[in-house]
Amino acid sequence: MYRYDSTDKTLVRQRVAQFRDQTQRFLKGALSEDEFKLLRLRNGLYIQRHAPMLRVAIPYGLLSARQLRTLAKVARDYDRGYGHFTTRQNIQYNWPELARVPDILEELAEVEMHAIQTSGNCIRNITSDHLAGITPDEIEDPRPWCEIIRQWSTFHPEFTYLPRKFKIAVTGAPQDRAASLVHDVGVHIIRGPNGELGFEILAGGGLGRTPIIGQVVREFLPREHLLSYLEAILRVYNLEGRRDNLTKARIKILVRSLGIEEFRRRVEAEWQLLRDSGLRVDEAQLERMRSYFNPPAYRALQDVAPDSGRETAFRAWYRYNTTAHKVPGYRAVFISLKKPGVPPGDATDDQMDLIADLADRYSFGEVRVTHTQNLLLADVEQDRAYDLWQQLRGAGLATPNIGTLTDIICCPGLDFCSLANAGSIEVAKLINDRFDDYDYIYDLGEIDVKMSGCMNACGHHHVGNIGILGVDKGGEEWYQITIGGAAGADASLGSVIGPSVPKAQVAETIERLLEVYVEQRDPEERFLDTVRRLGVKPFKERAYAAPIAA
Amino acid sequence: MPRRLLRNSQIVVDEWRYIAEASRDAAAPLIVTLAQWQLEPDTWLARGTPIGVVLSPAHRVEQIAAELEVFSLVAAEFSGPGEGRGYTQARQLREQYAFTGELRATGYVRRDQLFFMARCGFNSFELPDSDIEDAFTAFSTFTAAYQPSNDLGLAHKLRNTVSAPRT
Repeated sequence: MYRYDSTDKTLVRQRVAQFRDQTQRFLKGALSEDEFKLLRLRNGLYIQRHAPMLRVAIPYGLLSARQLRTLAKVARDYDRGYGHFTTRQNIQYNWPELARVPDILEELAEVEMHAIQTSGNCIRNITSDHLAGITPDEIEDPRPWCEIIRQWSTFHPEFTYLPRKFKIAVTGAPQDRAASLVHDVGVHIIRGPNGELGFEILAGGGLGRTPIIGQVVREFLPREHLLSYLEAILRVYNLEGRRDNLTKARIKILVRSLGIEEFRRRVEAEWQLLRDSGLRVDEAQLERMRSYFNPPAYRALQDVAPDSGRETAFRAWYRYNTTAHKVPGYRAVFISLKKPGVPPGDATDDQMDLIADLADRYSFGEVRVTHTQNLLLADVEQDRAYDLWQQLRGAGLATPNIGTLTDIICCPGLDFCSLANAGSIEVAKLINDRFDDYDYIYDLGEIDVKMSGCMNACGHHHVGNIGILGVDKGGEEWYQITIGGAAGADASLGSVIGPSVPKAQVAETIERLLEVYVEQRDPEERFLDTVRRLGVKPFKERAYAAPIAA
Repeated sequence: MPRRLLRNSQIVVDEWRYIAEASRDAAAPLIVTLAQWQLEPDTWLARGTPIGVVLSPAHRVEQIAAELEVFSLVAAEFSGPGEGRGYTQARQLREQYAFTGELRATGYVRRDQLFFMARCGFNSFELPDSDIEDAFTAFSTFTAAYQPSNDLGLAHKLRNTVSAPRT
C-alpha cells in the first residue's frame, strides 16, 4: 500500500497544527460558531445529536494492521469503544470531545492517517473497488490512480470551497463494486480502441433528494490526462454549480440542467486550456506509484476445496463470506459487520485489534473496508480459511450473510445523526429478528437491502434492491419502501411501492415482497431481475393487500 | 481611517480608493465595479490614475479579458465564507491571461483562507483590521503542496515528483 514520504508526513502534521490552532481560537471565542463550522467541516468534524462526530479518511478503503490498531485505540481512548464504517469506506466516531479532537488527529498522523476533507464542500475521500488488485476480471489495479487523485485533490487550492461536496469513485474492473454511477464523478479504467489503457469518465451521478445515474462525459481519456480532465470538470462545476440553493448545488443538477452535451462541451473547452499544464501523469510517475501496490509475496499454491468434509456452518460461511482471488490457492475473506443485533458497520475496539492481528497472520498485514460496510482480508490462503473462520466466529465476526438479505447497508440514523428522521439501526434489528432462518435467507440468494434515515440517502436506499427510507410523519417514524434499485454497472433507481408504513410493519411488508419473488421467480433468477421482469405492480398489490396487524 | 491590507506579505496602507471613497481623493488610483467600468470606461480613463476593477463571484474573467491591460489591479469579491468562485477567477487571470498586476481578495476574507488564496495567485488581501497582524502565519500553514500553483513558491509533488517507495 502507499506509504507517506516526508512531504506527506509534513503536510499531515501541519494540518494537525492548523486544526489545533483553529479549535483553540474557537474555544477562546475568537472564531464564531459559523466561522468554525466551515473550518471543522473540512476536517471531518460534525456537531451531531450527542457530541461531535469525527469522520476519519480511509483512502480507497485500504488499511494496514497498524493503522487499524490505532483506529481501535482511538475508539477506546476517545470514544465509547467502537467505530462505525461507512459506505464511502471511512470510519466515524460518534462520541469524541471537541477539545481532544486535535489529539486524535495527532495519533492518526503517527500512522499516516487524517480526517482531511472527509466533510465540507470539497473533494472527499476517493473510493474504489474493495477487490482491487485481486479480482480475476480486473483490467488494471485502480489503487495507484486512486492515490494519484488523492494527492491531487488534497488541499487543492482552487476547489476547497465548492458549491457542495464532491465524491469520486474509481474502478478497474467491469463489475462496479464502488457504486461509481451514483458518484459526482466516476472514473472507469478501460481499454481504448488500440488496446491501450485509459479512462471512461462519468459525471452527475448522485443520491440524496434527487437521485440520478451518472452519464458519460468522455468515452475514452488517455491516461496521462486524468488529472487535467478532472480539474476541468471541477472548474466548470466550481464556476457554474448553483450556490443559491443547497439542495440544487450538487454537480448532478448542473449536468441535468445543461444537458450532458453542453456540459461535455464546456468541460472539453476548459480541458483544452488545462491539458498541457503541469498535471500530466507520465509513465515514470505512474510506475513509481504502482510500485507501492505491488502484489504481496504469494506462495505458489494450488486451488483447494477447504470446505469439503467440514461442518455445515463453515461451508455456509465459506460460500457466502469468501470470494474468488486471481492467484491460485488464495481467497478473499469478508468479515461481516452485520451481526444481528449490532448496528450495521460497527466494530468494537477489541474486534478491530483482533482483526489487525488476523490480518498480520493471514493476509499480509492489510485490511480493506468495503462499500457495503464490511471488512475484507484480501489475501488468505484457502488452506488456512478454516483456522481463520474459527477465530472470527469466536469474536462474532463470522455471520455468514455477505450479499444476502441481512447484509444491510445502513446509515447511523436517528440514534446519532441530527438530520435523521428514523432509527435505521433499530429497523435493521427488526428485519434481522424477522428473518433469522438461514435456509430461507440462502434460498432468497443475492439481495441487497439499503436503508437511509433521511433524504440525504447516506444508506443509498435508492440503489438498494430493496430500499428503505425513514420519513417523519407528524413526529412519528414511517418508512418508504422502494424495489428494483441497483448500484453496480447496471445501476438503476428503485421504484416506490406505495404509501410509507409505520416502523412495526416494515419487516412484514418486506416479507410480503419476498413472497411474491419466491412464488414468481424463474430458476436462478435474482430478486432484482424478477422485479425488473415483472415490474412493481404484483409486489405492490401483495404488500398492501391485507392490513398488517399492529 | 485609512484601510490597511496585506500585500506581498507586508502590512501596507491602501493607496487605492473605491468609488465611494474617491471624491475626497481625486488623484488616488481608483477601483470600479465591472458594471461601472462597462457603463463609462472613458470617464474613468480620463482621471489619468491607475484603474482597478472588482469582479463579483458571478462575473467571468472572460468579461475583462479584452481590456485587461488597462487594469493595474483586479479584485475578486468573496460574498461569504463559503464562496469559492474567486479561487478559479484568480487562477484563470494568472494562468490563462498572464495577469501580473495586483490581484486582490476582498469581501469575506479571513486568515484561514489566505493560504489557498495565495496559491491561486492572489497577492493582496483585505482582511478585518483585527485579523491582519496574525494573518501572516497563514502563508506558512503548509510548507509543501501536492499541486502546481502560482505563488508561495512551494515545492509540489504532482509534477513528476512522486517519490520512490522506500524499500
